[in-house]
Amino acid sequence: MMAGWRMLLPLLPCLAAPALAQPVPEATRDYGRSDAPFAILVRSTTDIALFGPVLEGFVAANPDIRVDYEQWGSNDLYAVSLAECRSGAETADLLISSAVDHQVKLVNDGCARSHSSPLTEALPAEANWRDELFGITQEPAVMVYNSDLVPVQEAPRTRFDLIDLLRPEGSRYEGKVATYDIEESGLGYLFAFVDAQQATTFGSLIEAFARSRAVSTCCSAEIIDGVASGQYVLAYNVLGSYALDRAEQADNLVVVAPQDYTLVLSRGAMIPRNAPNPVSAGLLLDFLVSDQGRRAMAAEHLYGDATAVAPDSLGQNEAVLRPIPLSPVLLVGLDRQKRANFLALWRDTFARPKRGAATPSE
Amino acid sequence: MSQIADPEIAGKGGSLTLRLALAFALIFALGGVAVAVAAFSYGRQAAQQSFDRLLVGAADQIARSITLQDGAVSVDLPVGAFELLSLAPEDRVIYAVYGADGGLVTGYEGLEPFPEGRRFHDATFAGEPIRAIRVTRPFAEQSYAGTVEVVVGHTLRARAEMAAQITRNAVIAAGLVALVMAGLAVLAVRAALAPVNRVGTALQGRSPQNLTPLDVAVPREISSLVQALNRFMGRLDRQVGIMRNLIADASHQLRTPIAALRVQAELAEEENDPEALRRIVHRIHARAVNLSHLTDQLLNHALIIHRADSVPLARVDLRQVVIDAIEHVDHAVRDGRTAAMLDLPEDPVWCDGDALSLIEATKNLAGNALRHGVDPVRVSVAQDGDRARILVRDAGPGIPHEYWDEAGTRFARSSGVSATSAGLGLAIVQSVAAAHHGRLEFRTGTPSGFEAAIVLPLAEFGAQ
Repeated sequence: MMAGWRMLLPLLPCLAAPALAQPVPEATRDYGRSDAPFAILVRSTTDIALFGPVLEGFVAANPDIRVDYEQWGSNDLYAVSLAECRSGAETADLLISSAVDHQVKLVNDGCARSHSSPLTEALPAEANWRDELFGITQEPAVMVYNSDLVPVQEAPRTRFDLIDLLRPEGSRYEGKVATYDIEESGLGYLFAFVDAQQATTFGSLIEAFARSRAVSTCCSAEIIDGVASGQYVLAYNVLGSYALDRAEQADNLVVVAPQDYTLVLSRGAMIPRNAPNPVSAGLLLDFLVSDQGRRAMAAEHLYGDATAVAPDSLGQNEAVLRPIPLSPVLLVGLDRQKRANFLALWRDTFARPKRGAATPSE
Repeated sequence: MSQIADPEIAGKGGSLTLRLALAFALIFALGGVAVAVAAFSYGRQAAQQSFDRLLVGAADQIARSITLQDGAVSVDLPVGAFELLSLAPEDRVIYAVYGADGGLVTGYEGLEPFPEGRRFHDATFAGEPIRAIRVTRPFAEQSYAGTVEVVVGHTLRARAEMAAQITRNAVIAAGLVALVMAGLAVLAVRAALAPVNRVGTALQGRSPQNLTPLDVAVPREISSLVQALNRFMGRLDRQVGIMRNLIADASHQLRTPIAALRVQAELAEEENDPEALRRIVHRIHARAVNLSHLTDQLLNHALIIHRADSVPLARVDLRQVVIDAIEHVDHAVRDGRTAAMLDLPEDPVWCDGDALSLIEATKNLAGNALRHGVDPVRVSVAQDGDRARILVRDAGPGIPHEYWDEAGTRFARSSGVSATSAGLGLAIVQSVAAAHHGRLEFRTGTPSGFEAAIVLPLAEFGAQ
């Protein structure tokens, strides 16, 4: 009977496809002394450029531990982790993903190891599921636009503003609005799916995207660079951490936290069940939720308090902040049929025959 | 009780408060265990019911979201169902939808087949126990006919937590109740013991001579203690009275004869005439005999009264009493004169009494009749209703009627106080009769003669 219930989940077809191509990390880097007695493998979707300084803070505080860091795409990371969980193979010591629905699914499938410390116990309920999955960051989903191309009076502050902006035919935004390709990016799918749950604006929004021949592409960094360079005028639902980081160098990049509501992502960190070094991984986890770790992440815009996101556009109303809670509700988006339907709707939107150009620009 | 200064007595029987405290502690401990067991069982049941409802709600929502599209089952998984399930916030969730052909439409693959005919099912999922529900939804369309099954389950952390919480709260509540009850119990014990303290205080405040019964209002439960105490004091009082009487009698009765003896002895010292001296010595002897008789009587009286009060009553046959008494009297009084006549019934006459006291009393009556009365002296035992009598009759005039009332008291003139008798004989009879709840009766015979009787109650269950 036990065996019956445990025989779970061969990979969902849509997720199996990248797994077949022997997924590999996008980038790797080691932190700490090479002769340190302990070494842990951290797999994360976070760019090395953002997370590196945080890890350096950790190895400085824990010189006995070396951190081998691998940067992964969110779908690949999920596929690899799930396969390793199912086969019982040795795996990473810590998984950090912005696609927290994937993390919730891994925990729900019993792939996580419990970790409890005074620091994790102090976390709010939505940032700690079962002492197995922990929300370590606070990153808003924001809009960014190029202030060289968008007049101040047109600058959108809410989704309604954005819809109005995209509505007129032949506007300057046609083909110039970018958002995540939700098939490629687990985070993009999560944002879009949660958006769809949050408000009725979602229907009008993707309709407006369709009409204005919006571009769906990958990934946060590329989209933001595109806006800064003028390739795109505006991008919707990009990660605030990347956007704010980039805006420090690009003066023409303006970050807007939508005032109707702003999704706040908390990257999920978990210690896999088969982790070879769970104790050291627990130390890193505790560091990430400690004041010191939070300060290090705040410096990289990974942990923004609400008003730091975009003080001018956010205002004082904290009710517009909608944290994405670590809860089994996120499993709905990963449901085979639900996902297929949602992707079909999305594809339909972005592949609809357009007036004018036949294909969107890259 | 705190006034008891003697540590030897205080605490010898253990503390009443401690005993009650131990009894209460035992009751509370057993009660606590019972409450905990009951609460845990109730808590588990309550958690089971609440969270089963959650499962029902979620499964129903999913079942309602099933539609048919182009002859295929389509599920638009409702977020609400999972929000419902996440009311058990720490629990992992499984779900699956199976088509009419038994194939998986969506959800977790490889779940154990649900047992036939069961709505709820306890199983294991990825190493953790879970509880699952199955809900079915029949379709009868042209394109699709059959029953679609929805299975929803979750792990048991929230249930266990709720059961534990209910148990914890119940135990805490029971503990508080126990504390309050313990406090009330202390007050109750103090209130209940207050009368005992009152008795103690009343005794403490008495003068040593005061042996009257205690008059303290006490509850029924300890009134027997007070009654026993009063009976004990009554006995003590009588004993003291006997002693006092003995001393008084001795000083009253012995002083005169001893003084007379001394005077005779002084006379004898100065007498030269041998004839006169012999007469004096004769008188001294007579006086000494009387004195010894008197002393006997005094001591007997004290002894008999003391016995009557302190010796437990036994069943005695009055016929035997009379026989024993007459035998002694005959030896003591008769100098060859006619003996007393006995008139005894054939059956025993039973009384509850002290044989020795009764024999002594009978001896006194018979002795009086033989000494002072007129023959024939007749001693008989009779039974009359619930009373028994020892009768002594003679043919003389007896005690004049006007002295009857005081005849039983000590040193009554009527009873013949003289140099040879202290007049205690009837007083002894009176005391013995009283100690046996009976009385001394006199009667003048017709046409002549005198009758003295000891009237006693018959033994309660009769002779036969």
